[in-house]
Amino acid sequence: MDYIWLIPLLPGVGAAVNGLVGIRFFSKRVTALVACLTMGLALALSIAAFAQLLALPSESRVHDVVVARWITGLPLATSHGIGSFEVPWTFRLDPLSAMMILVVTGIGFLIHVYSTSYMDGESRGGYARYFSYLNLFCFFMLTLVLGGNFLVLFVGWEGVGLCSYLLIGYWYQKKSASDAGKKAFIVNRIGDFGFLLGVFLAFFTFGTLDLRAIAQMVSAMPVESTGFGVLSLIGVLLFVGACGKSAQIPLYVWLPDAMEGPTPVSALIHAATMVTAGVYMVGRNAVLFSHAPMAMQVVAIVGVLTALMAASIGLVQNDIKRVLAYSTVSQLGYMFLAMGVGAFAAGAFHLMTHAFFKALLFLCSGAVIHGMAGEQDMRRMGGLKRYLPITYTTMLIGTLAIAGIPPLAGFFSKDEILFRSFLSSRVLWAVAAVTALMTAFYMFRLMSLTFFGPYRGPAWEAAAHHGSDSSGHGVDDHHAQASHGHGAWHGPHEAPRAMTLVLVVLAVGTVVAGFVGVPPALSGGNRIEHFLEPSFTAHAPAAGPAAGLHVTAPGDAGALAADPAGSAAHGAEISSAAAGQHGEEEGEAAMSRAGELGLMGLSVLIGVIGIWIAYRFYVRRPEIAERLAERWSTPHRWLTNKYYVDELYGATFVRGTVKGADGLWAFDRQVVDGAVNGSGWFTIFSSWVSHLIDKYIVDGLVNLVGSVLHEGSFVFRRMQTGLIQNYALLMLFGIFACLSVYLLVR
Amino acid sequence: MITPSHYLILSAALFVIGIIGVMVRRNIIIILMSIELILNAVNINLVAFSAQLQNTVGQVFALFVISVAAAEAAVGLGIILAFYRNKETINIDEMNLMRW
Repeated sequence: MDYIWLIPLLPGVGAAVNGLVGIRFFSKRVTALVACLTMGLALALSIAAFAQLLALPSESRVHDVVVARWITGLPLATSHGIGSFEVPWTFRLDPLSAMMILVVTGIGFLIHVYSTSYMDGESRGGYARYFSYLNLFCFFMLTLVLGGNFLVLFVGWEGVGLCSYLLIGYWYQKKSASDAGKKAFIVNRIGDFGFLLGVFLAFFTFGTLDLRAIAQMVSAMPVESTGFGVLSLIGVLLFVGACGKSAQIPLYVWLPDAMEGPTPVSALIHAATMVTAGVYMVGRNAVLFSHAPMAMQVVAIVGVLTALMAASIGLVQNDIKRVLAYSTVSQLGYMFLAMGVGAFAAGAFHLMTHAFFKALLFLCSGAVIHGMAGEQDMRRMGGLKRYLPITYTTMLIGTLAIAGIPPLAGFFSKDEILFRSFLSSRVLWAVAAVTALMTAFYMFRLMSLTFFGPYRGPAWEAAAHHGSDSSGHGVDDHHAQASHGHGAWHGPHEAPRAMTLVLVVLAVGTVVAGFVGVPPALSGGNRIEHFLEPSFTAHAPAAGPAAGLHVTAPGDAGALAADPAGSAAHGAEISSAAAGQHGEEEGEAAMSRAGELGLMGLSVLIGVIGIWIAYRFYVRRPEIAERLAERWSTPHRWLTNKYYVDELYGATFVRGTVKGADGLWAFDRQVVDGAVNGSGWFTIFSSWVSHLIDKYIVDGLVNLVGSVLHEGSFVFRRMQTGLIQNYALLMLFGIFACLSVYLLVR
Repeated sequence: MITPSHYLILSAALFVIGIIGVMVRRNIIIILMSIELILNAVNINLVAFSAQLQNTVGQVFALFVISVAAAEAAVGLGIILAFYRNKETINIDEMNLMRW
């Protein structure tokens, strides 16, 4: 498995070739070939690495590849004195990263293929730029998930943020797109600030940045059950970073706006992979988090609140991509809920299944937008089932999966999360269940508005170019013009084969992906959980005796603060493989199998109810929805305006920053410039005084001497007659005078 | 009997005549001639005292004076010539280039 460094490198090479050479010289076909080929090779290598990893016994499923030494031995202060800041460029393959590289290269490859057709309307240079960015994104994402220490992870972390920015602002001529890109980047930077502080603190505490070494050190430390210690602080700081990247409250605002990018980008970056980086990072530091119950609690509460809030906003959005964006935020909240209640494997499992069905849903929406010539407003769709049969079928599968209908992928992962949060706290479970109801409802609302009912879109001829984005939702307008500029629009039509093929593949993935995690209650082995478990533990045999503790349920997040002993046991369990598994089994044992099945049935029922309500509201009797919206106009307005969070941030942070900058500017102008100008004026004044002294006193004295001599000389120079005889006469008189004196006075 | 007093009186008279000539005349040539009178007044003194004191140094000195006077006359006349070519006059009142 020493070749895993090639997996990130291949897309990197593709990005370099397309970005440096292709943008000028390659035709679209060659560009697409380079991009897809590098991703395909990376996928093949990932599968090979995964297979090799699977062949190993589960304890030894870790493989490090040190590519370079990178940073060598800088002396730096830590809590144990001066430590050596040494960071090798390590790629580490373990079950979690193996799953992640499969997801990234697999979905990434499919989306590359999809994009070759979707982006066909772009100019040649734009096409190469697009694929170069997309490959670069995969390079950074793979670096992120393979990184063996915080710094390599951080390189990927920042790189995917950069690519996200570049791809959201792909249509940079459009102000809304470039604004959305900037918003995403800036909000992410806020999160990154917290993440970096967490990394600094981790190095200060542990003296190393290696993730596994940190996990081992943490597992030797006591669980911070009673107070908010350094581990909790690191956890919360890291979670701030995860909030930015994975769009959680309060930093989720960038993700809905990120839909300004091309739809495949939304599918790959803003649904399937990049936004799950935060979840991955929390899972990667599972040991640390499980030693910091307070941080876990924060994660769980933020996750479940985000899930609920985003789902409620999704209920009333009319833009097809925005509904999916809020759905993504909501599902990410689910994953964090799983992480927060200690169900790391369940969260990672949901990450994987979500990657499948959300990528599928986004690509389907892309196909719909493509078929509708750039129209994104669902109120102008309807009845598309007839025109886009493949898209309809695949999207229905994706929708059923996200709604949690068995046996599709979403059911198993979502149900696992619901089950584990039920064990942890009834309140968390209740909120998550309400969210599940909303999810089923808004997804079927989307389906109903788009595919069922009568067609409400523009007439064929009338919608030749711009479609009708007077509603302000024509986000993909530019694309529409580009791809349909060659002729009149002939009504809604099915996507080209490269796109539908990808949809079918993803739909198959959505159907089968869940079966790797069938829970024991359904007589499945939950294989993925056992496969991933070593990644969430520290391989510390010292923690073994903790397994002996008899705890009936693996820790209630709500009760942790109140019950230190229980939470200590909880943390200890998570910290070792045997203990974690043991506790889980005990928990499941405590919760009877019938109970688990009952919960499962309940969640299926919730999904069905949501679907039924949506069907009734939007297909059978569309007037009900309007009547409800009228009756509950205030909440409806709040939801439509996304709780005015953007406005709130605009009024507080953005306006505060602007006002602060204005204040600083005023200070600069008045005080700093004033001081500078004042000293300037003072210098001018004092030099003026000095000038006066010089002119009238010093020069006056000099001139006085001169003019006295000048005036005096008028008298004496008359003697200089120039006549020699005068001089001689004077000499004669002088001699006479001298002689006279000499003779007379003697 | 001619005593040294007589010679002294003669030479003093000649000297005073020379001085007055230099002082009051306007013609430069006359002034040069007056200077010759002054020099020769000195020569009479020298020769008179040489005879009186029986010492030949005085006579030798007189010979030097005569030769220097000859040279002086030559140079002086040259200057006058040059002056005349410039100014077309030999009036000493015109020679006032060095006044204030």
